[in-house]
Amino acid sequence: MSENKVSQRRFSPRLGSNLRIVSSYAILTLGALAVLFPLYMTIVSSLLTAKQFGDTPPDFFPPTPQWSAYSNAFFSGHMWHYLFNSLQQTVEIVMGASITTVLAAWAFATYSFPFKRILWTIVLSTLLIPFEVTIITNFQTVNSLHLYGTMWALSVPFMVSAFGIFLLRQAFLGIPREMREAATLDGQGSMGFLWRVALPLVRPQLAAFMVISALGAWNSYLWPLLLTTNSTTNRTIQIGLKALNAGTIQGFNVVLAGSVIAAVPMILIMIFFNKQLVRSLTGGALK
Amino acid sequence: MTRRSVRIRQSVGAYALIAPALTLISVFIIYPFLRNFKLALYAIPPFPGLPSKWLGIHQFTTTVTSDVFLNSLQATLLYTAMVVPLGVFAGLVLAVTAHQKLRGMAIYRVIFSTTAVSSVAVAATIFGTLLNPVNGLLPWFGINVNPPFLQNTTWALPAMAIIGIWEFMGLSFLLFSAGLQSLPEEVMEAALVDGASPVRRFFRVTIPMLSPTIFYALAVGTIAAMYTFGQMDVLIGTGSTTYTNTDTLAYLIYQSVTVQPNAGVAACISIALFGITSLITFLQFRFLERRVHYVGE
Repeated sequence: MSENKVSQRRFSPRLGSNLRIVSSYAILTLGALAVLFPLYMTIVSSLLTAKQFGDTPPDFFPPTPQWSAYSNAFFSGHMWHYLFNSLQQTVEIVMGASITTVLAAWAFATYSFPFKRILWTIVLSTLLIPFEVTIITNFQTVNSLHLYGTMWALSVPFMVSAFGIFLLRQAFLGIPREMREAATLDGQGSMGFLWRVALPLVRPQLAAFMVISALGAWNSYLWPLLLTTNSTTNRTIQIGLKALNAGTIQGFNVVLAGSVIAAVPMILIMIFFNKQLVRSLTGGALK
Repeated sequence: MTRRSVRIRQSVGAYALIAPALTLISVFIIYPFLRNFKLALYAIPPFPGLPSKWLGIHQFTTTVTSDVFLNSLQATLLYTAMVVPLGVFAGLVLAVTAHQKLRGMAIYRVIFSTTAVSSVAVAATIFGTLLNPVNGLLPWFGINVNPPFLQNTTWALPAMAIIGIWEFMGLSFLLFSAGLQSLPEEVMEAALVDGASPVRRFFRVTIPMLSPTIFYALAVGTIAAMYTFGQMDVLIGTGSTTYTNTDTLAYLIYQSVTVQPNAGVAACISIALFGITSLITFLQFRFLERRVHYVGE
């Protein structure tokens, strides 16, 4: 402890160190303002009346918070309905993708079968194909599968993830081979071992995958936009927000209330599952 | 059981396990990707059911040399050139600054991560309101642009880029934070002991040490930026894009699927966008990866 203090004093002169601390906080606060100021103004403005919203100078604090913009967004703007659509889409994608991904990752990690190498290469190479360049045919495919107009059309194409298979296969490969062999000797089948031993062991990676999968589903824009341009029943919250922007309901405060409604669930996920989120977002970055 | 029958049983089991994932990947990723190449060679019949007309490479060359395509390509590249370097730089500076044993860093981390979880529709809505010529903040700051930002040939694309930077900053920050945490502390301490100034340390030690992460952030950011169109759709829309020059290539694909359906043209643009993005990624690998300094190699 005392040694630490001595070395600090020796190598960073007091003045320089203070300057460093002050400038560090200055940089961080500037960055935080760039992030928070737009968010703060959004929340404040959503609590203003439509008339107050045009005030000069702008209100940086709501004089008397008005919640009517939220009820307008929820009911007249159907955000309530869209919120449940988004929830359904997200749950379907997370559950579906987790199942297909876990099974495939388990097979690639522990089974030997013909064409394994080439199939693995194919799975990995699909990571390079962005969704945007597949929409022409996918749009026709959901039509010909008679999925158009159903909630399944929004979720089925995303019920698999090459990234997830990659992530979970790595995790499964980390489980010692001896454990599996011992379980086999005890008469436990491969599926029993996966369910009772392997899955609990890779829970951190599975959780990370589920969080990133939920984030992608909730925030997805292109596919729900394509599918719900003409029908409003299956709109997700993001497309509902776009519709609010297009101005069928008057008032910027309503649009901003809508953006708060659309943003809050993922901000909650970020706060409660921060570790999983960071792990999944940065998963590919570290060697 | 013979060894052979065990092997067969194992193979059957493995195929049963990968079947759901492989089916979905084939139907929704591989098939539609490959079908682009077929679609690009044919003209779509005026009425469904009529045979498609073979056009060969002609349709592709006409599409990629058209003014619409070239304008979009320019918008896409300009947008990427604005978003990626600034987003990477902002994330890098914030992550390096937050990577100190100072009070309150945890709060800053949470704040910076916020933009990584914001959807494009949310970010576009927020900035669209701030930039609004009547009710936004700009008139109060005394900034008046005519025509307003979102209808302005010069300013519409930079406005879209601000939204992109704001969104990318969070991910970029997270990537660099993770990168910094994985660095051996001795090197940083050695530089500190040497008495190198913070700016010198940043350029001589931190940046070389972080070069794999910088490279990764550039690659990921470039791919994401090249396929952007969300904020253009929310704030500008298909109607007015002709004079704001904010139709990115991804937006052209979207439009040729719904607004003016033409699968052949859409396929040509998809192939071109995919090819150009892959080329940029390849060049980044070719010329930047050489400069990447992997710790411990």
